[in-house]
Amino acid sequence: MDLNVIWFVLIVVLFTGFFILEGFDYGVGMMLIGRPEKERTQLIRSIGPVWDANQVWMITAGGAAFAAFPHFYATLFSAAYLALFLMLMALILRGVAFELRGKFGNQDWKLLWDGAIIFGSFVPALLWGVAIANLLRGLPIDAQMHYAGNFFNLLSPYTILAGIFFVLLFAFHGITFLMVRLADERLLLDLQRKGKCLGAAAWIAYIAFIIASMFETDVLSQSAGVIIFAISAGVLSAAWDFLRGGKQKSAFIATSVSITITTVGFFTALFPRLMVSSLNPEWSLTIYNAASTQGTLLIMTIAAVILVPIVLAYQYWTYKTFKKRVAPIG
Amino acid sequence: MREGVDVDALILSRLQFAITTVYHFLFVPVTLGLSIFVALLETWYVNSGSYEERIKLKKLVKFFGTIFLINFAMGVVTGIVQEFHFGMNWSEYSRFMGDIFGAPLALEALSAFFIESTFIGVWIFGWDKLSEKCHCLCIWLVALGSNLSAFWILVANSFMQHPVGYEIQDGRAVMTSLFDLITNPYVLGEYSHAFFSGITTAGFLVIVICAWKISTDEVSREMFMRTLRRAVLFSFVGVMGVIGSGHMHAQYLATGNPMKLASFEALWETEDPAPFAVVADINQAAGRNDSEITIPYLFTFMVHNSFSGEVKGINDLQREAVENYGSGNYIPDVCGMFWSFRIMVGAGMLMLGIVFVMGLLSFFFGETMKKPNCLRCSLKFMPILLPLPFIANSVGWYIMEAGRQPWIVVGLQKTAQAVSPNLSSGEVWLTLIGFTAIYLFLAVIAVFTAMNFIKRTKITEELEA
Repeated sequence: MDLNVIWFVLIVVLFTGFFILEGFDYGVGMMLIGRPEKERTQLIRSIGPVWDANQVWMITAGGAAFAAFPHFYATLFSAAYLALFLMLMALILRGVAFELRGKFGNQDWKLLWDGAIIFGSFVPALLWGVAIANLLRGLPIDAQMHYAGNFFNLLSPYTILAGIFFVLLFAFHGITFLMVRLADERLLLDLQRKGKCLGAAAWIAYIAFIIASMFETDVLSQSAGVIIFAISAGVLSAAWDFLRGGKQKSAFIATSVSITITTVGFFTALFPRLMVSSLNPEWSLTIYNAASTQGTLLIMTIAAVILVPIVLAYQYWTYKTFKKRVAPIG
Repeated sequence: MREGVDVDALILSRLQFAITTVYHFLFVPVTLGLSIFVALLETWYVNSGSYEERIKLKKLVKFFGTIFLINFAMGVVTGIVQEFHFGMNWSEYSRFMGDIFGAPLALEALSAFFIESTFIGVWIFGWDKLSEKCHCLCIWLVALGSNLSAFWILVANSFMQHPVGYEIQDGRAVMTSLFDLITNPYVLGEYSHAFFSGITTAGFLVIVICAWKISTDEVSREMFMRTLRRAVLFSFVGVMGVIGSGHMHAQYLATGNPMKLASFEALWETEDPAPFAVVADINQAAGRNDSEITIPYLFTFMVHNSFSGEVKGINDLQREAVENYGSGNYIPDVCGMFWSFRIMVGAGMLMLGIVFVMGLLSFFFGETMKKPNCLRCSLKFMPILLPLPFIANSVGWYIMEAGRQPWIVVGLQKTAQAVSPNLSSGEVWLTLIGFTAIYLFLAVIAVFTAMNFIKRTKITEELEA
């Protein structure tokens, strides 16, 4: 296997880690809507110790893309300029909100920052769905790998559908996470009820997305894209079933697996491309024409092989340390 | 300049990057230094004796820990903006430099960001879940992660100032040796200076907080007097380190980046021995100082440690640059460099004086401060001095980055060639206004929250409710 392929796989691993871990953080953030303050505090405590480290998966995915496929990083980030601006505003507000919300006893103060967390959870979830769908559907990229479109080229019914699917998937994933992290029985029952609706909605959105993908992208001509998506949709329905039957751990594992397979499916459909050019297939960015030199890829491979297992080890330890369910308040 | 690039988009992108960097760097030095100070405090707590003492020390750790966390959150969120900016506004830089610049950035994320963000979470929520020693180790790991992160990003930055370990292939800079990148002499100067300014900034912040609490908070006074003595020692190490590393780095610049050094001192013509201009009326268009007050021999002495030796002037360096790189203007904004450098050094010297005075007060006039009098009352006004380290950090960062203009990577790529070609000035205006507005809003909120917290928190031996 050549180094370019190894780095493609590593990028997929990083995005998978990001979508699983930040996926439930975003989902938990969305679940704050319309809840009383004591419940919101319990929800936030469930991700309090881990959200910051989870977010680093996204930052690392960005850094790894920069190091391994600089043209991919450059074209994607400059193409999605305004979308990323929106995402950064959301992430800034969300990041400080976790820190500031508890600094005063005042109810309005908490409400303000919880609003920021809700906003900061919805927007990135939506935009990552839009972004990933755009990679696959294709963007106007010229022969010099420059983006030749504007903000509105990023938005189409298909990409927005993908965004909505991501929001619903993460919301459902957030609920299955909360089911294994909270102890407040009444709250759990309520979340389970919401989870059944959201899980069903996520599943419908997924089916709609798979069908749309057949028309909007070349996923059918790619090796295994649709089959992988179909398996993932199956796992998602299993998660719904587990949740309904009160098998909380299994439900959370199932949503995690579903996200993993979905991410793998996206990138399998893309491979060996990183970004599709809608102007000319020849101008698409691939893991070869967008890559760094072999020397840099080799050094970075060595670094990743040493460092990623260490990171996984201490993050695993963190989750073990905080595995006790969050105690009910009041 | 390439065809089709929106000139306003270039200028606005530069402004946006400058604002984000300087804003980010208000918080970074505090993170670098305060993580270490809190770790030292917690080590003191872990090794302390009596029951009452332990309660107070734990409160003290949490007190400065909370201030650290507010600052840390601000640093983290603006750091993400930094990483995204390279691709968003500087796509041609990212293409040209990705092979070299991406590596330290990815290493920073893998080896440093994960450590600091993981263990800060454990530290905040792990007080009752971990043994004391294990908990203390977490904050040390956060300090390690933060400083490691600064190291990697400065490795990347040093390449932009002084490229090493590379070759040009197909119009891209390509890494030939990561080892050369790390051992770039520029890294040592930049990192040591940033590290010690972090110690100074955090130490100074703690001094100011202690002084204010001593003056205004009767019940907590004793603990803050004890903390003050430690903060003074901490800051003293920082200031001396800043001066030493700054001097070392400036001497290195004589060979590493002579244009930048000559601009700091507005030295237009090569001279041996070169005088040091204390003040100068700089005429950039004419390439000279219209008038100046100089100290003979001093600049040569600062560079060469002796009273003879040549220091190259800006006009000669411009001629050399034209020979090497073709026609163009290779002179940075000398007026901005010259005065920013003086503001930085001036603020540093002022801080040294203040640290010295606070040292005298805390070690020899402790009894006096226990009684109500003018001295203690005047400490209430210490917060007026708090901007000093932040001003020094900001102008220091400014001269570092503005001093390499017109280059984004010295000798390899010009800033004007690095901007994303697809951006319109309208788009950059929108984001520039958006980012600036949110930065201002958050600065006000963060300062308000921290001040309120400092005011209401008491360090006493009573157990928390």
